[in-house]
Amino acid sequence: MSLLTKTMSLAAAAAMAVTLMSSASFAEDGTGQQLYPLFTYRTGPYAPSFIPFGAGNIDYLRYINEVEGGVDGVKILVQECETAYTIERGIECYERYKNGYNGALTAAIYPHSSGLDVALTDKARIDKIPIVSPGGGQNIATDGRVFPYQYPLVFDYWSEAQIIVDYIAQQAGGYDKLKGLKIATLYHDSGYGRDTIEPLGILSKKYGFEDIQIPVPHPGEQQQTQWQQIRRANADWVFLRGWGVMTPVAIKTAARVGFPADRIIGDIWSGSEDDARPAGAAANGYLAVSVFPPGTNYGILKTLKAEILDKGKSDLKDNSKFGTVYYNYGVIEAITFVEALRTGHKKFGNRPLTAAEGQWALEHLDIDQKRIAELGAEGLISPLKTSIDNHKGETIAAKIIQWNGQSWDTRTDWIKADASLFADVIKAKAAAYAKEKGIEPRVATN
Amino acid sequence: MSYFFETLVSGLFAGVMYSLVAIGFVLIYKASGVFNFAQGAMLLFAALTFVTLIEKGMPFALAFIVTSLVMVAMAILIEWLVLRPLRNRDPLTLFMATLGLSYVIEGFAQLLMGMDVHMLDLGIPDVAVQVGGIYVSQFDIIASLIALTLVATLAIAFNKTRMGISLRAVASDTLAAQSIGIRLPVIWRIVWSVAGIVALVAGLVWGSRQGVQYSLSLVTLKALPVLIIGGFSSIPGAIAGGLLVGATEALADIYVGPLVNGSVSTWFAYILAVGFLLVRPAGLFGDREIERV
Repeated sequence: MSLLTKTMSLAAAAAMAVTLMSSASFAEDGTGQQLYPLFTYRTGPYAPSFIPFGAGNIDYLRYINEVEGGVDGVKILVQECETAYTIERGIECYERYKNGYNGALTAAIYPHSSGLDVALTDKARIDKIPIVSPGGGQNIATDGRVFPYQYPLVFDYWSEAQIIVDYIAQQAGGYDKLKGLKIATLYHDSGYGRDTIEPLGILSKKYGFEDIQIPVPHPGEQQQTQWQQIRRANADWVFLRGWGVMTPVAIKTAARVGFPADRIIGDIWSGSEDDARPAGAAANGYLAVSVFPPGTNYGILKTLKAEILDKGKSDLKDNSKFGTVYYNYGVIEAITFVEALRTGHKKFGNRPLTAAEGQWALEHLDIDQKRIAELGAEGLISPLKTSIDNHKGETIAAKIIQWNGQSWDTRTDWIKADASLFADVIKAKAAAYAKEKGIEPRVATN
Repeated sequence: MSYFFETLVSGLFAGVMYSLVAIGFVLIYKASGVFNFAQGAMLLFAALTFVTLIEKGMPFALAFIVTSLVMVAMAILIEWLVLRPLRNRDPLTLFMATLGLSYVIEGFAQLLMGMDVHMLDLGIPDVAVQVGGIYVSQFDIIASLIALTLVATLAIAFNKTRMGISLRAVASDTLAAQSIGIRLPVIWRIVWSVAGIVALVAGLVWGSRQGVQYSLSLVTLKALPVLIIGGFSSIPGAIAGGLLVGATEALADIYVGPLVNGSVSTWFAYILAVGFLLVRPAGLFGDREIERV
């Protein structure tokens, strides 16, 4: 080895040692704090949706820490972990933070990916770590007796199918007018996209509309054939269950075959500004389901603007994203975390919660109308009450929003899904899963 | 029957869009025998640069020229920093280098221009017009004309100009070409520049349809079966392969999809490609390799 090579190697080793030492000494002591492992995807094809979503999360937690002095005095330690929306990196992040970080305790993990939520099902059961996926969890996991550690909070696609049919019935003049209508579902050909085939089949039998199912292969950059099928079938409405690039392409292709945008209702993941804007004028009048209503005219958004955004503390680099669908989604998600902590504090005291305590808190959440008003979130979120029997929430509701060419207008108030309609099917599926996996369902004793 | 023809025609137009992407691969493969994995990233980078300039108020023509110059600069840098140090290495090594390059370009694009989704309006109406009882998109017609113009221009450039003949010489036998004084670095710079400009054209056409966003680089996945079927080294092959893939997957989605309760277009194109690999490994128009033993 030459002298130069030796010197370079020593220098590199010394630099690495200094870096490691300094990162260790500067790692924040998390003792007495509650860990919030923030699974990010700031890189990769889905980064545009994460950036405002992550900012909504961070801004709300920053507000809680800096303005309210923490949750009942307990500060939240946010630790980011980049998954690039891939399952393998997501699992690495889970392993890194499942047992806390530098003294801060983990009460729950929000994986921010439906695929990762599924991938973590067995691990979470073994590790006893609550996995929370607002709007993107597994519907079957609603049954908390079989899935003690999965929390598909707030929304599911079966309820979404129901809400779509309810809205179409409203527009048609009643449920009896659904008979003979043709509702085409254009879905992303994946587990997520296929999830509404079964409920729509049930609803079609119940109300007598014709249910047309048309798959679009990932990523959905070419849909001429599918829209020709829709036009040929003479569909009255299209339920668009897209993801990523599939949505703007669908809207543009619909315009090309002459299908009106105001007869297309997008899924919750087809209803952001980034879904409609790239389609240009073709998107004017396009409808979407919204569980995370956009806008800044909510009490909590006004507070965040005054306390975080205007003071230059926001995680947003582009302030025009404030109040967008994904930003508000982030705020709503952070609210569920903070409210779960408050619920836990009432039982266990004002201190960081363990995963077991987090699990208890998550299945005793009760964000009622009064609490929503106190949070300044009226109109932003609908009531959320969980139990061991129901990890999703008793009331599932969404609004319908409409794109006006620049932003979303809210078309309806909350449309509530009838939870009893599919409850037996979901319970039967959970029971079958329990039997297959040899799981003994818990007894619901609150 | 008109539905069949409408599906077929829309598939053929989709195929032309795939060909636009495939041509970029062919150019680089012809000149260096390398499958350029970074072509998708170049397409994204070009479209993102163009749309950023437009959003800053630059006129369309000027934005196109400036972006083309940026792509030329990128080609020179790639040749200097990546290809030159790896000269005379195994094609697999160069392929791996382009794999790394794709991440570098995508990361650089993100760092420089952010991750927002941009709308791109080329001013071409994307509405259907009736031609012979079949609905055809005006946008598709214009995109096809752009592709045909591009192919014709490249064909003339390759066959009638000194540079084109040099390029063909390099493609045919790199060492022999170098021995008669053809400078490989210059050829590479030119080819990568042209591939960059082709990427810009493809990026604009695709970006105008789906928005300019990160996933734009994924359209290259559509180019792979096109290349296998048409042949990696033939520009007319890229067009023929594109048409075949576009038409087949559109018809398969309509007539085979319902039989399997799902979309088949993605894998159907690859099945077709595998079939070609078995029967005609060089593709429809690709150069067959003959080795003396």
